[in-house]
Amino acid sequence: MKIDRRSFLALAVGGAAGTALTPLPWKLTDDSSIWSQNWPWTPVPEKGENSYAFTSCTLCPGGCGLMVRMVGERAVKIEGLEGHPVNDGGVCVLGLSGLQLLYGSTRVKTPLKRVGKRGQGHWKKISWEAALAEVAEKLGQLRDDNQSHTVACITGSKHGTIPALFKRFMTVYGSPNVMTTPSVGDTLEMALQVMHGVEAQAGYDVENADYILSFGSGLIEGWGAPVRMFRANSAWRENGTKVVQVEPRLSNTAAKSDQWIPINPGTEAALAMGIAHVMMKESLVNNDFVESYTEGYTGWKKMVLDEYAPEKVASITGIDKMVIVKVAREFAGAGKPLALCGRGNGETPGSLAEAMAVHTVNALVGNINQEGGVVAVPIPEYAAWPETGLDNTAQIGMAKDRVDGAGSDAFPLAASLLNRFAAGAMSAKDYPVNALLVSGTNPVYSTPGANDFKKAVEKIPFVVSFSSYMDETAMQADLILPNHVYLERYEDIPVMAGLQKPMVELTQPVVFPMHDTKNAGDAIIELSNAMGGSIGDAFPWESYEACLEETLGDKWDVLSEDGLWEDEAFQPAGWGEAFATASGKFEFMNPDMDLMPSYVPLNLEGNASTFPLLLMPFDSMRLASGFISDPPFVIKAVEDTILKGKDACVEVNPATAKSLGLADGKPATLSTPKGEARVRIYHYHGIMPGVVAIPRGLGHSADDKYMAGKGVNFNELIGPVEDRASGLDMAWGVRAKLAKA
Amino acid sequence: MKEAQGHNKNKKFGMVIDLDKCTGCGACMVACMAENNVPFREDESDKQLGTAWMRVYKMTNGKPFPETEVCYIPRPCMHCEGHGGHSPCVSVCPATATDYDNHTGIVSQIYTRCFGCRYCMAACPYHARVFNWWDPVWPADMEKMLNPDVSVRMRGVVEKCSFCYHRYQRAMEKAYYEERQEIEEDEYQTSCTQACPAGAIAFGDLNNPDHAVHQLVKPDNRHGGRPKNPHAFRLLERLGTNPKVYYLSSREWVIRAGDNYVKNEKTGAGGH
Ligand code: SF4
Ligand code: SF4
Ligand code: SF4
Repeated sequence: MKIDRRSFLALAVGGAAGTALTPLPWKLTDDSSIWSQNWPWTPVPEKGENSYAFTSCTLCPGGCGLMVRMVGERAVKIEGLEGHPVNDGGVCVLGLSGLQLLYGSTRVKTPLKRVGKRGQGHWKKISWEAALAEVAEKLGQLRDDNQSHTVACITGSKHGTIPALFKRFMTVYGSPNVMTTPSVGDTLEMALQVMHGVEAQAGYDVENADYILSFGSGLIEGWGAPVRMFRANSAWRENGTKVVQVEPRLSNTAAKSDQWIPINPGTEAALAMGIAHVMMKESLVNNDFVESYTEGYTGWKKMVLDEYAPEKVASITGIDKMVIVKVAREFAGAGKPLALCGRGNGETPGSLAEAMAVHTVNALVGNINQEGGVVAVPIPEYAAWPETGLDNTAQIGMAKDRVDGAGSDAFPLAASLLNRFAAGAMSAKDYPVNALLVSGTNPVYSTPGANDFKKAVEKIPFVVSFSSYMDETAMQADLILPNHVYLERYEDIPVMAGLQKPMVELTQPVVFPMHDTKNAGDAIIELSNAMGGSIGDAFPWESYEACLEETLGDKWDVLSEDGLWEDEAFQPAGWGEAFATASGKFEFMNPDMDLMPSYVPLNLEGNASTFPLLLMPFDSMRLASGFISDPPFVIKAVEDTILKGKDACVEVNPATAKSLGLADGKPATLSTPKGEARVRIYHYHGIMPGVVAIPRGLGHSADDKYMAGKGVNFNELIGPVEDRASGLDMAWGVRAKLAKA
Repeated sequence: MKEAQGHNKNKKFGMVIDLDKCTGCGACMVACMAENNVPFREDESDKQLGTAWMRVYKMTNGKPFPETEVCYIPRPCMHCEGHGGHSPCVSVCPATATDYDNHTGIVSQIYTRCFGCRYCMAACPYHARVFNWWDPVWPADMEKMLNPDVSVRMRGVVEKCSFCYHRYQRAMEKAYYEERQEIEEDEYQTSCTQACPAGAIAFGDLNNPDHAVHQLVKPDNRHGGRPKNPHAFRLLERLGTNPKVYYLSSREWVIRAGDNYVKNEKTGAGGH
């Protein structure tokens, strides 16, 4: 019998009148409602055995432990794993929506070969054999022509076996051009390299600090391991830790802080130097540390005393002189003060001098490698396989200069400079880029100067994507070799997000692969075998799982059992042993490299008369801005002050809006030297007059209708600005203009 | 199951949300959607048409830069008790599709009885109820993630937060199999409470002095559940809806925003 809507209504009313009189238990009513809703147009979820499967999230660098509720073979809900050291049961909007990525319509279901023009989205399904054979043939041809170095590869994370397999492949193949997705972590690593002389990531003991001074870090907006930071923030509320947020805009972090100090955009380093000035001038520094364990202090101190007096810093930053002095005194007077940097969620590297400036504020109070301070955490380097021989071609290729200039005389500290890749590939100064492999990242969307990046990719004759999703970069590919999504695969995740201890997690499959996909690790092993010779020899493993198990060694047992390996015994090195610089001490400056913690003003693109406003991005936990697009649940949770219809909202101070005649809620055109976009005006008192802000994470053009065509991609409105010291992108904003649409 | 607890004291499940801790991240909203098979559409930016059970509102103190302050306020259904179970919405429903359960204090919504007149939506002062203007669509394989414990709704019915009632049923069933009369505090927690990365939400039995919710707000049951903690408040307290969702805040302007105070009137927090 087919029940239509009308007859159903009659049924329901009758049923209601009956049951209202009888005290039927709730369970029964609910059961009957499930039964009576068995119409063709609403699905009835299949029942099955309830269980939980455990894994780790990979959707951001945060490394949350997950438990996935299973009903039979179906994964029905992602929940945070209780007791996990990172997230202890909590989980973010994106993590919660992971099943929509697994089951959603953006999956690439089989290997695909482009048939139409680039970006048109016309594809032909091909077999894995045919796809791998084609890549092997194209790359083999380039190698035969001694062009191996013209192949580039971009991976997401820097660490772990998957990026290591790609790097190994590129090395034995013969190309130095391996790039990774940048973040402030790169800048902080460089700062530690220069000032500590060690290769380490910066860890922050936020749980034990009792005074937090944040230079624009979005502590509850995705910075570090997001859920860990949320938990820390709640603990600060409870234990009275003071949080001071320095930022031009009232972000959520600023809103939750005890003191918000609005600052002129981009002048955070000047404030750090001003604070250092006050601390040194008033002798509020940790004398033991400064006198016995540091080098170059006297010279640097003189420079800071000469150049960063509070009056001057006040005029640069727009912060009242007395506020600067007071914060410096409070910071120095706190029991365990800690200064943090990395704007927003930390996805942009920022200036090295600035990271160093903030680091010296920490050094002055002697919190380096101390409880509640900054810890140099060694990078777990287990994916170090024995060297295999490089054949002649590979040796020649590996000796070539990199397209992005990383590691060159100009940028000796850099290992990868993705921000310089587009220009390098476009100019083809030394050589063109003839092929590109992309895995675990979506640079066509997420690189500042996204349009230029896309043009550069369009010029590359052969592009291979390993993406699980039809994202912007996959759209530009000639071949897609789709990876399993994280819920279908094994992968090790060294967690690099500011934790105080080395930690590795294991992502484990919770469901069988839905489609004809392959772990990128297997794909690369099979590709190497197809290419044979010294390339094949470098990959002796029969599968990625075998490789993972062997590589992790004794960590494997722990990881496969607990999903997590922590270096329990890790203790930060004492000051006597911590520094491996030439002096064996903490170095305030490095004269050889002309590097010094300081304020380096940024020359923003565009001139002030055409573009009178400053445009900055902001990050929201309700939007993913990295390689994952926002699934429907995330989009549903986005506020209507961020996205309205198809328009992104631009935050404008009502005073600024009034002077420009821009009414709240009205459409407008936002233009920068890089491009323009239709936006909607949102009057927000929390943003500094003259500054306007839009969210990162909108404006996708690929994926499906739930994600694409919403708002503007901030990366299309800004270009990278090269930091001369590091080579990394130091841009925090761009000049802009707003006009009625 | 109700029978089984008949001789026990009635429960009064409620929620306490610490607005000092809440970061506005929205995880509670999505945890709710994922748990309760809440559908989604292509354009979700018209919040009036949306179907989110839990919604996080952004409030500001209205002051100009740089005196501006922002606070987020998550809003599930308040499961109003009114006087003796006369919740505003329950009182107006002609179909008895929504009911106040005296054993748990939970306001139910029985979709099959609802015929979509939307009186309850008009009656609810908290905009906690939403209407299904469209049939739900789960693209691609997304039907696979539907929770079998929660019925899927169809066009034409009203829905709202149930305090994840099915989780209570599950916990009670488990207790029953294990021959227990009672469930522990942590055996029944709502999906939003569990997910909140800030640990800002507490959930439990307001009648049970051992439960966190009771200790946080110290409800005065002789005075309609009014909080004795001066930093705790309920939305539109003086309307007499007697809600079971409480908020905590150390900011006076936030507490004031929770109700219609006249200009110089004092809130319970005594001002600071
Ligand atoms: S914070 Fe990062 S790791 Fe944690 S659930 Fe969210 S996306 Fe996943
Ligand atoms: S999940 Fe928690 S912190 Fe996030 S909005 Fe909801 S209550 Fe606030
Ligand atoms: S909040 Fe609204 S829907 Fe919920 S019980 Fe109160 S009146 Fe009814």
